[in-house]
Amino acid sequence: MSAIPHHAGLRAEREFAVSWTEAGPFLALAVLLAVGYLINPDFLSATNLSNVVTRSAFIVIIAVGATFVISSGGLDLSVGSMAAFVTGVMIMCMNGMAGGYGGWAIPIGMAVALAVGLLCGLLNGVIVTVGRIEAFIATLGTMGIFRALITYMSDGGTIPIDRGLREAYRPVYFGTVAGVPIPIVVAAAVALAAAFVLYRTKYGRRCAAVGANEEVARYSGISIVKTRTIAYMIQGACVAIAAICYVPRLGAATPTTGLLWELQVITAVVIGGTVLRGGKGRIWGTVAGAVVLELIANLMVLSDMVSEYLVGAVQGVIIIVAMLIQRFSK
Amino acid sequence: MWNSKWMAALALGALIAAGSAHAQKKVVAVSIPAATHGWTAGVVYHAQAAAKEVNKAFPGVEVVVKTSPSAAAQVSALEDLSASRNLAALVILPFSSEELTGPVKSVKGKGAFITVVDRGLTDPGVQDLYVAGDNIAVGRNTAKYLVDKMGGKGNLVVLRGIPTVIDDERIKGFQDTLKGTEMKVLDIQYANWNSDQAFKLMQDYLAKYPKIDAVWANDDDMLLGVLEAIKQSGRKEIKFALGGNGMKEIVKKVMDGDPVTPVETPYPPSMIKTAIYMTVANLTGQVPVRGAVKLDAPLITRQNAKEYYFPDSPF
Repeated sequence: MSAIPHHAGLRAEREFAVSWTEAGPFLALAVLLAVGYLINPDFLSATNLSNVVTRSAFIVIIAVGATFVISSGGLDLSVGSMAAFVTGVMIMCMNGMAGGYGGWAIPIGMAVALAVGLLCGLLNGVIVTVGRIEAFIATLGTMGIFRALITYMSDGGTIPIDRGLREAYRPVYFGTVAGVPIPIVVAAAVALAAAFVLYRTKYGRRCAAVGANEEVARYSGISIVKTRTIAYMIQGACVAIAAICYVPRLGAATPTTGLLWELQVITAVVIGGTVLRGGKGRIWGTVAGAVVLELIANLMVLSDMVSEYLVGAVQGVIIIVAMLIQRFSK
Repeated sequence: MWNSKWMAALALGALIAAGSAHAQKKVVAVSIPAATHGWTAGVVYHAQAAAKEVNKAFPGVEVVVKTSPSAAAQVSALEDLSASRNLAALVILPFSSEELTGPVKSVKGKGAFITVVDRGLTDPGVQDLYVAGDNIAVGRNTAKYLVDKMGGKGNLVVLRGIPTVIDDERIKGFQDTLKGTEMKVLDIQYANWNSDQAFKLMQDYLAKYPKIDAVWANDDDMLLGVLEAIKQSGRKEIKFALGGNGMKEIVKKVMDGDPVTPVETPYPPSMIKTAIYMTVANLTGQVPVRGAVKLDAPLITRQNAKEYYFPDSPF
């Protein structure tokens, strides 16, 4: 990852050294790549790597948002359902406008998606902060609501995108910019922007402060309600951006879209070195964590060593071992 | 084995009997899982369509459709239904065999005719009529077609669903039929009947195997993901990509003569309609229907695809 030097330089301002925790996710990534190559040389083929990184883009984008929520001391379980809901609304909007606006329906639909994502995030944020409900419970509630809404909107079936728009929209997932698949470009841009906000702006410091110690932050004059609510809105926007990249892949929303993404997202954030109880966010670690998760799944299929029945167990073991190595190499 | 002529005769007989309907309405309760994915959405659609048609055709019968999101909710729904009305019959697609057997038994105890659909109860003595598809035939007929068309030779990859009896039976039917041929299953992995996971898995298969002659995804949701992955890879050697279940998008492909997906095997959600019509035939026309009906999974081809195509259904 080209991100490492940039990241190391940034931290060096404060600590003058790269700690093991910071490097952990990138080491895990390197080890996985090496092991993968030994198991099956096709693993490092350009097509395979580009496939894997491209499809990890959704989780990367959403996990970047989750890094804000988690570092501010919150949690969002609703991201998977929210992604499905936003996808559904976006497709229905685009289909509705396809007749009148033609190709313009696509950018308008994207804008609608972003607005819906921000609103969903705002809803989560307000319930958690103003309503003072434990984030786990509040977002578990909205998770059920969003999932039920997409099921209702699709009658339990699929909401396919208009045939006319399908071809025009397809390149957003399958196209490339200077040889790099578009979802990777989008994910990189989101991560860069997020790293800037989290590490270089006042808001980023407030976010970490609120997560580290709510009382101290309050006495320092930081608005807990505002800081956390904005974190949830950033999360909502990230979900919407992921949905925008997701729709052109299969061209449909279904009640199973985004199922269990919330767990992948949280796992990616934690593998990346962000602590679940808040206080510190690591954007580039999160990015590496999401790619690691997708690589493990890919490796399971490419190797012939694991029975199809045991894939889940082996994935679980790899994740736990990766975390243990990080813990004890501190 | 029942065929469509029999079914037509039954429906006709039931229609004729409609003339002599009683003033007292006979209530037929239909209890099915709520629509949470394509197939159950199809079940809900066809159950509601059947209710509408029957209620219109037979003034003496009232079909009530109730959907439940979980096994526990279905048990409560049964209690509510049988407490508030006198049920002449119950048509049920049980969430799970174990949990529903007791409650269905108590509905039967009040004198209702019991029709069980798709998933059997642990005590088959409870049911008067059992209607189901044939999952082994889904795998077998697909494999037979591939063996025929590929001359018994070639490399296959398979995507399977969620570890359940349904999935196991389909895979068994498929593998048993391939025995003794030179067809080789290169790989078989779970993709949980989910199009996103199937897309990823197919990408991985394509990266792993330089030459794949045919793909079988044992459900059409997964086939959608498979087709997209093949399209992206630009690989041309894959002669067949087949699914199963009878999703309208795939049946449409068959109708349009798609070269890669020329056939489809049904495990039709419309079997709930078969069950409702037969139950009503028994109530209104004294048509004997007690027994077990196993719907075959005949290949859907370009010629007969119309019979299986429901453009208004969500599945």
